Amino acid sequence: MLRFLLRRVVLVVPTFIGVTLLSFLLIHLVPGDPIEVRFGERGVSPQRLAELRHEAGLDRPLWQQFLAYEGQVATGHLGTSVVTHEPVWSEFVTLFPATVELSVCAILFAILVGLPFGVIAAVRRGSVFDYGLMGLSVTGASMPIFWWGLMMILVFSVALGWTPVSGRISDAYYVAPWTGFMLIDAWFSDDRGAVASALSHLILPTIVLGTIPLATVARMTRSAMLEVLGEDYIRTARAKGLGTLRVVVVHALRNALIPVVTVIGLQVGTLLGGAILTETIFSWPGIGHWLIESIQRRDYPVLQGGTLLVASLVMLVNLGVDLAYGFLNPRIRR
Amino acid sequence: MSRAEADPAAIAATTTAPGPLRLFAVAFAENRGAVLGLGIMVLLLVVALLAGVVAPHSPIEQFRDHFLTPPVWQAGGTDRFPLGTDDVGRDLLSRLIYGARLSLLIGLSVVVLSLTTGSTLGLVAAFAGGGVDIAIMRLMDIVLVFPSLLLAIVIVAILGPSLFNAMLAVAIVTLPNYTRLARASALAELARDYVTATRAAGAGPLRLMFATVLPNCLAPLIVQATLGFSSAILDAAALGFLGLGAQPPTPEWGTMLAGALQFYQRAWWVLTFPGLAILLTVLAFNLFGDGLRDALDPKLKR
Repeated sequence: MLRFLLRRVVLVVPTFIGVTLLSFLLIHLVPGDPIEVRFGERGVSPQRLAELRHEAGLDRPLWQQFLAYEGQVATGHLGTSVVTHEPVWSEFVTLFPATVELSVCAILFAILVGLPFGVIAAVRRGSVFDYGLMGLSVTGASMPIFWWGLMMILVFSVALGWTPVSGRISDAYYVAPWTGFMLIDAWFSDDRGAVASALSHLILPTIVLGTIPLATVARMTRSAMLEVLGEDYIRTARAKGLGTLRVVVVHALRNALIPVVTVIGLQVGTLLGGAILTETIFSWPGIGHWLIESIQRRDYPVLQGGTLLVASLVMLVNLGVDLAYGFLNPRIRR
Repeated sequence: MSRAEADPAAIAATTTAPGPLRLFAVAFAENRGAVLGLGIMVLLLVVALLAGVVAPHSPIEQFRDHFLTPPVWQAGGTDRFPLGTDDVGRDLLSRLIYGARLSLLIGLSVVVLSLTTGSTLGLVAAFAGGGVDIAIMRLMDIVLVFPSLLLAIVIVAILGPSLFNAMLAVAIVTLPNYTRLARASALAELARDYVTATRAAGAGPLRLMFATVLPNCLAPLIVQATLGFSSAILDAAALGFLGLGAQPPTPEWGTMLAGALQFYQRAWWVLTFPGLAILLTVLAFNLFGDGLRDALDPKLKR
C-alpha cells in the first residue's frame, strides 16, 4: 500500500513541473511586453523600460527566469494583478468559495437526480422509461451549456420572473463574508430572507452546471447497475426471497457505486471548465468569471496564476481519487 | 475484435462473402439512435454543401428595414425571413445554414489535425518506448491536467482570438485522447505474431508503423474521432461565445449567440435557433459515435 501511495505521489511531480513551465511560458508568449502592458496607454521611456526590465529580471536568460519563477511558486508568490494590484493568490482565495459552492451544489444535483434515474433505467431495462432517459442523457451530454443557461434565464427569470438573473444574493441583503459560502453565511446571519435570496440565486446556475454531470452519472449508474444485476450474488439474494427494492438498493447499488464515484471524482476538470461558462452567464463571482475577465482586461498575471492554481487543483483531486480507488480496490494496487 | 473489421482494405478484398462490413451494418442499423444521428448528419452535410442554393439570403446582407423581425409564425413576421432577423437585419435562417458549413468544417479540421498528430505521437511512443515514450506520455498528462476549455482559452489568449486559432487550440486540447488510444492499441498489436513476421520479413519501422500496425488500431480511433467531432464543435462554439473564436460578422453559431446577448430578452429567436443548431449537430455526432462504438466493439456496449 505504501509503495502504491509513494509511486502515485512521485508521478505527480514531473507533471506539476510541466504545468508550471507552461504557465511560465504563458507570460512570455502573450503579445506585448509585461512591463509595457503595466504602463498601458501612458507609455514609458525606453531607458526606464530597460531599468524596470532589469529589475524584474526579464533581461536574464529564459532558463534562469524559469528557475526564479519555480522559486516564487514554491513560496506561494504567484504575481500581482495588473488591474487591481492585489496578489493573485489572495484574489483566488476570496473568489474560490463561490466556485466551490456552485460546483458542490451542481454535483449534488447530478447525484440526487442521476443516481435514482440510472437505477430505475437499469431495473426497467428496455422499457419506454429506459429509452426516454437514455435519450435525455445523451441530449444532456451534448448540451452547449452557455446556451442552456441563457434559455433558462429567458424562461424562468425573464418570462416567469421566478428566479433572479445574476449574482449570488440580492442587493437588499448584506451578509458578512465569514466562510465565503453564501448559503452558510446567510444561514448564520439569522435573516431568513437572505437565505431565500441566496437559494433562489443558486438554483439556475446549479442546474446549468449540473446538466452534463447529471447525464454522465445517470449513464454510468445504469451501465454499472446492469453489470451488477447480472451477477450470481444478486440471483442468490433474489432466490432467498428478498424484496426487489432491498436487492436493488442494498445489494446491487452498493457494488455499482464504486465506478460511479470514480467517474464523479474525475469530473472535476470538466466541472471547472463548465464553471467558466456558467459563471460568465450568471455573473457568478467565482474563479471562472475571474479568469474570463482577466483575458478581457489583458491581466495576464491573473490568467497565469489562476490557470496554475486550477491545474494544480485538478491534479490534486485526481490524485485523491486515484488513491481512494486504490484503497477501495486492492486489485489495482501494484 | 477481429482485425479484418477495422481494415478497410481487407473489407474491400472480402466483399464477395457476407463479410464484417455486413455484420457491422446490421449491428449499426439495429441502433435507432445511431441511424437518427446519421440521418441528421447527412442532412446537415447536404445543407452545408448547398448553402449557396438553399439559403434565401446572404449571411451578411443587412436589411435595414427589418431589424429583429420575429419568425414567420409570430405576429410581425414575414415569409421573407422564415426564422426572423437579428439586430442588424440579417436573415437568421441563412446565417444558420452558412453556420452549418462552418461548424462541419471546424469539426473536420480539428478531428483531422488531432487524429493524425495524436495517432502518430501514440505510434511513435509505442514503437520507440523508453525515454521517448515517457516524454510523450508525460506531455499528454500535462495537457490533461488542465480543464480542456481553460487550456483552449489560454492558447487562444496567446495566439490571439480568431477562428483558426480556436480550431488549433481545440485540436491541441483533444490530442491526448488520440495519443493514448493509439499507443495502447499499438502496444497490444506489437506483441502479436504477424508484426514479428512482418519485421522478420525485413519491413522498415515506418512501414511497420503505418502499413502494418496502424490499420489494426483504427476501430477505437474512428469511434474517438466521431465523438471528437462533437466536442470540437461544442468547444469551438464555446470559444466563439466567449469572443475568443470566430469574429463577427462570421455566421458561426457560438459567435451568433454572443452577439445576441444584449437583446435576447426582447427577441427570443436570435438566442434559441443558433443554440438549437449546436445542440442538434452535437447530438447527431454523439448518437452516431455511440452506435459506431457498439457496432464495432460489442464488448464496450453500455
